[in-house]
Amino acid sequence: MQAFTRLDGLVVPLDRANVDTDAIIPKQFLKSIKRSGFGPNLFDEWRYLDHGEPGMDPATRQPNPAFVLNFPRYRGASVLLARDNFGCGSSREHAPWALEDYGIRSVIAPSFADIFYNNCFKNGLLPIVLDTATVDRLFRECEATEGYRLVVDLAAQTVTTPGGEALRFDVDPGRKHRLLNGLDDIGLTLLHADKIKAYEEARKTAAPWLFG
Amino acid sequence: MPGQTLFQKLWDAHVVHVEPDGQTLLYIDRHLVHEVTSPQAFEGLKLAKRLPRRIDAAVAVPDHNVPTTDRSQGIADPISRLQVETLDANCAEFGIREFKMNDVRQGIVHVIGPEEGLTLPGMTVVCGDSHTSTHGAFGALAFGIGTSEVEHVLATQCLWQKPSKTLLVKVEGQLGRGVTAKDIALAVIGAIGTAGGTGYAIEFGGSAIRGLSMEGRMTLCNMAIEAGARAGMVAADDTTIDYVKGRPFAPTGAAWDKAVAWWKTLHSDADAQFDRVIELDAAAIEPQVTWGTSPEMVVSVKKRVPSPTGAPDDVKRQDWTRALEYMGLAADTPIEQIAIDKVFIGSCTNSRIEDLREAAAVVKGRKKAAGVKLAMVVPGSGLVKQQAEAEGLDRVFLDAGFEWREPGCSMCLAMNADRLEPGERCASTSNRNFEGRQGQGGRTHLVSPAMAAAAGIAGHFVDVRTF
Repeated sequence: MQAFTRLDGLVVPLDRANVDTDAIIPKQFLKSIKRSGFGPNLFDEWRYLDHGEPGMDPATRQPNPAFVLNFPRYRGASVLLARDNFGCGSSREHAPWALEDYGIRSVIAPSFADIFYNNCFKNGLLPIVLDTATVDRLFRECEATEGYRLVVDLAAQTVTTPGGEALRFDVDPGRKHRLLNGLDDIGLTLLHADKIKAYEEARKTAAPWLFG
Repeated sequence: MPGQTLFQKLWDAHVVHVEPDGQTLLYIDRHLVHEVTSPQAFEGLKLAKRLPRRIDAAVAVPDHNVPTTDRSQGIADPISRLQVETLDANCAEFGIREFKMNDVRQGIVHVIGPEEGLTLPGMTVVCGDSHTSTHGAFGALAFGIGTSEVEHVLATQCLWQKPSKTLLVKVEGQLGRGVTAKDIALAVIGAIGTAGGTGYAIEFGGSAIRGLSMEGRMTLCNMAIEAGARAGMVAADDTTIDYVKGRPFAPTGAAWDKAVAWWKTLHSDADAQFDRVIELDAAAIEPQVTWGTSPEMVVSVKKRVPSPTGAPDDVKRQDWTRALEYMGLAADTPIEQIAIDKVFIGSCTNSRIEDLREAAAVVKGRKKAAGVKLAMVVPGSGLVKQQAEAEGLDRVFLDAGFEWREPGCSMCLAMNADRLEPGERCASTSNRNFEGRQGQGGRTHLVSPAMAAAAGIAGHFVDVRTF
């Protein structure tokens, strides 16, 4: 997994609540057996006027000029500003894969759906929760200022505005450590292999029907 | 010391290790696998030269991509076919039990787990699918995971978790005739919103829940995720134990007796403390119909489509306006005047035998409305299909002009060939009415099986209680 340390990124505002994972990456693209290549189909149904299917050349598609990701001023954005309950719906990890493949490294919203939030940390993507009033203000500033950027510093747990204001956010210490260092969860878990084995042995005696 | 909640009992029974910050390594008893969220996990294992820790804990089935029409020619779409073949190959390589597409036991992963006795009370159950919450109906801790965690469970049989907060949804009293678990689920989501359960594990309790069959409890727990909760659960009781007894993978003999003794403790203690409690009066719940593009956009069949001018805040007003536009609905339209194009009876929410019986009872002796282009019934598994056919339910549907299909996820998410065309309106027993969920531009109204069946006969939504 790629590490996340500090990001100085252009911000794109997606002013909708309850953005679900079906919208982030529609189902027809879930048929892929790969982990990469989902970026061109991020928000496919909103981003294009024509219907998207796997294997289509993005250069031949008709971009929807009214969709915010297609505004020239937001080209190259790496911070997505969003509303409440971002990432609700299915558990598809294709959602963070698509965001990451597009170039988004951090999503800022007042709240996230649990599974999506968790999936982000497995993919070098940092979801940040800020209170509704602050997110409202960031939306206003971002929409009013072309080239609006935010600096996200995971070690310091801050989002810094162009005006120099540092907004503090919370992150679980274990997740922070793994993301900062790009650590593989499985490798860390296997350090506890003895405990897993001991648990299994005890469990086999107490509840043998769970084995075999 | 106060008593424990069901969640705490299940949690405590599966703790392998706790880090100083509270992150807990939780043991996973059952891992259900399907073709969409597993290929990258198996690839990850292979790249790291790892093997599954316990192949006996995993069970796989293809369900999202499978056709619901004749399967003798295989899957027409080459990309779908490759995904199913990849599951077959991975299961063969690692020795994981799989119910393949043409096995009579094949079906939707959340239908076959309980049906085979692979889901048992007291288990932790995970699957790379958000509707894994379904299995909580058995007094189990069950939740959906992403593909990285699928790989993690395959490799370690554990997951890193932090305890959820607990929410008790208490539904007391008697449900009205024609009102089902689906209506309870939608009413709860309408009450707390799609993010109302975020961060919580929901336990459904109260006399109305105790009175539900296992099928009803599964429908309810299935939709916990639509309220934002990763896990929903119901205490194990005699209904649970009777359902499990004799299933192919259920324990037998002395192990059965030992298991039952433990399962009987799988309920919240009378003095258990929940972080939040909400109460609903069962008798006050009416058949529900969603009108928008989020499951929380729901009203009783007797009501009208709400007006955005009545929305509680600006963000919601914008959402409602957008939803009405997408749904092609005018504010204040009576729900019973909304005409439909298609009916979908199926999905991991509502494709079990009881669901099909309820729908068939409404359809029996009637005909599909002329304006309804397609009414399809997709059983949850090959065994549900077999049972329904033994009861003659297939004839009831076919005689009414409904289609009787092969089992799978089908038009719940339209990954296979079953889908809505742009602008088509569907009465659906599935779980999500998101934009494009059942096909780009498709308009989904979530309802119970009986309500979907009645809409198929009438051509528009009707109150099944007086139909």
